[in-house]
Amino acid sequence: MALAAAPATDPQSNVPPPEREGNPVLRWIRENLFSSLFDSVLTVISLLFLFFALRLALDWVFNLAQWEVITKNISILMKGSYPRDQVWRIWLGLYLLGAIVGINLRAWNRELNRSIIAIAAIPLILALLPFASEHARINLIIIQATIAAAYLLTSIAGDKRRRRIAAVSSILYIPVFILLLEGFTDEDGIMPLVKSDLWGGLLLSVLLAAVGIIFSLPLGIMLALGRRSRQPAISALCITYIEVVRGVPLISILFMGNIMLQLFMPQSLPPIDRVVRVMVAITLFTAAYMAEIVRGGLQAIPKGQYDAAYALGFSGLKSMRVIILPQALRIVIPVIVSQFIGLLLDTTLVALVGLFDLLGIGQAILSNPNWLGRSQEVYVFIGLIYWILATSMAFASQRLEKSLGVGRNYDESQ
Amino acid sequence: MNRNSARARAEDPIIICRDVQKWFGSFHALKGISMEVMPQEVIVIFGPSGSGKSTFIRTINRLEAHQSGQIIVDGIELTHDVRNIERVRMDTGMVFQQFNLFPHLTVMQNITYAPMYNRKWHRRKAEKVAMELLERVGIPEQAEKYPSQLSGGQQQRVAIARALAMQPKIMLFDEPTSALDPEMIKEVLDVMIELAQSGMTMIVITHEMGFARGVADRLFFFDEGLVVESGTADELFNFPKEERTKQFLAQILSH
Repeated sequence: MALAAAPATDPQSNVPPPEREGNPVLRWIRENLFSSLFDSVLTVISLLFLFFALRLALDWVFNLAQWEVITKNISILMKGSYPRDQVWRIWLGLYLLGAIVGINLRAWNRELNRSIIAIAAIPLILALLPFASEHARINLIIIQATIAAAYLLTSIAGDKRRRRIAAVSSILYIPVFILLLEGFTDEDGIMPLVKSDLWGGLLLSVLLAAVGIIFSLPLGIMLALGRRSRQPAISALCITYIEVVRGVPLISILFMGNIMLQLFMPQSLPPIDRVVRVMVAITLFTAAYMAEIVRGGLQAIPKGQYDAAYALGFSGLKSMRVIILPQALRIVIPVIVSQFIGLLLDTTLVALVGLFDLLGIGQAILSNPNWLGRSQEVYVFIGLIYWILATSMAFASQRLEKSLGVGRNYDESQ
Repeated sequence: MNRNSARARAEDPIIICRDVQKWFGSFHALKGISMEVMPQEVIVIFGPSGSGKSTFIRTINRLEAHQSGQIIVDGIELTHDVRNIERVRMDTGMVFQQFNLFPHLTVMQNITYAPMYNRKWHRRKAEKVAMELLERVGIPEQAEKYPSQLSGGQQQRVAIARALAMQPKIMLFDEPTSALDPEMIKEVLDVMIELAQSGMTMIVITHEMGFARGVADRLFFFDEGLVVESGTADELFNFPKEERTKQFLAQILSH
């Protein structure tokens, strides 16, 4: 009967979908949580489980745990043994970071939206945390101000110039920040040398991860292209490199960089800084994995794209840079970011070669008899920091994918 | 200006192929093709699939390298010398069966990137030329869209505009309408007819015999890596000499 009753609307007009009745919240609950007897049982059991788990967790956080171990050691957890009277250099670096963030937020987004505000407000949120010191609060608020100021100042520049400013300043940032940390004047100067042995805590972890992320991707791209090269010598070299590095655990590469490298170096050369050695080891290690990820992306590009690029007169290198790589990298953004998250978490291994990253500092604190038995608090705190960092990377990747239209424009074509 | 210099020596062929041979592994794909194309001439190549017509047209801008014989395009012989090849490719536009637009770029960027990167044009000039071309192929309003948002016929017209933006002396078409729905074939053919009438040198692989009859100066029938027969549309359609040509024409003209 329903089939016979043809709608009396003419095919040109757009008919909206039928409206659904009832309270939408109640309907959602009914449809998703209690749609059948089995569903209802599952829902009740899960809710009970969640309730008890949450109650236990909250009870521990607010009643049982003694957070003094964190609040008393917060500065060492954040920056290791970096000399107290030089800490202003780290803050200065973070002001600059705030400026970079502000510039980039303005340059890559057309308007303010909720997620941008969420990213931009991180310093303010940190300043409101209970264990932040007075000193830290003031500095965090200054960072917040630099973000806002940079955002507003960048608004003056035109669309294209904004992006150029953002790209150049971001590339320059890491070297400038390392120079700030390291110092470049003598003992009495304004920025005396601070040896990298003293760098530690969250500062070191984030620095290692950032350097690894920034340098491993270009190196990985070069290795991937080298592996596909028609020159047998180049491709053999790249394949050997990739397969050797992937066949070895990171920790052994760290040991090698840390101990063996010094043995092989000629005596006449000054020893390479330990942190630099670790940075190089992490970068070289990640680059091998990055190379295989990029190669996967390159293989997803149909041959017709090369044909079209060549037919328009693009040289091999130019067609790679302008046509092929932008497509290939877009496809593998989720995998690249997941590799970056792995890299961040893997930096905890440097504790094993004698660097005091966040985890290493945590262990050092726990070996102090004053803090006996406080390992739960320390590890939960450290875990929480890593979780926040990793999750924000995942979140940023999702935003990037959305704005680049990954998986959207592509599936519809052909 | 190119047009004038071409006319000045209109007696010289712009493409010369002599005994072009090509193997894929042990498979002999081209068994000695010879062809001379005059400036402003429109050549149609047809033949069964696997006959080597697509391979042949791709040797003219060296997307496939020939192994013996000689190919000279606009006075430049195609050899292993890379610089020569890029010069030839800039002067030789190509349109593919599957369009091969760049999906990560807008229509405008698809058209302007090659002149900007390879001819070193300023962006403003490239965009002006691109807009004129989009108007010529009838879709100026699609400039800011992505290829995936266009219909097949529109995509192929963008592909033609993209090739024309390099201001080529020769246009190669590799089955430009074979991947299109019937109702979109005409819009692409119209653009190609207009291009032929404007004096462009064209080599077109197609089975659209109406197009061949209308604008082709000469037709070449390919089979098994060889030119079986060539001549004007009238000669080939009405008085084919070879048995194989008659057979094939009977098949494609029967419906």
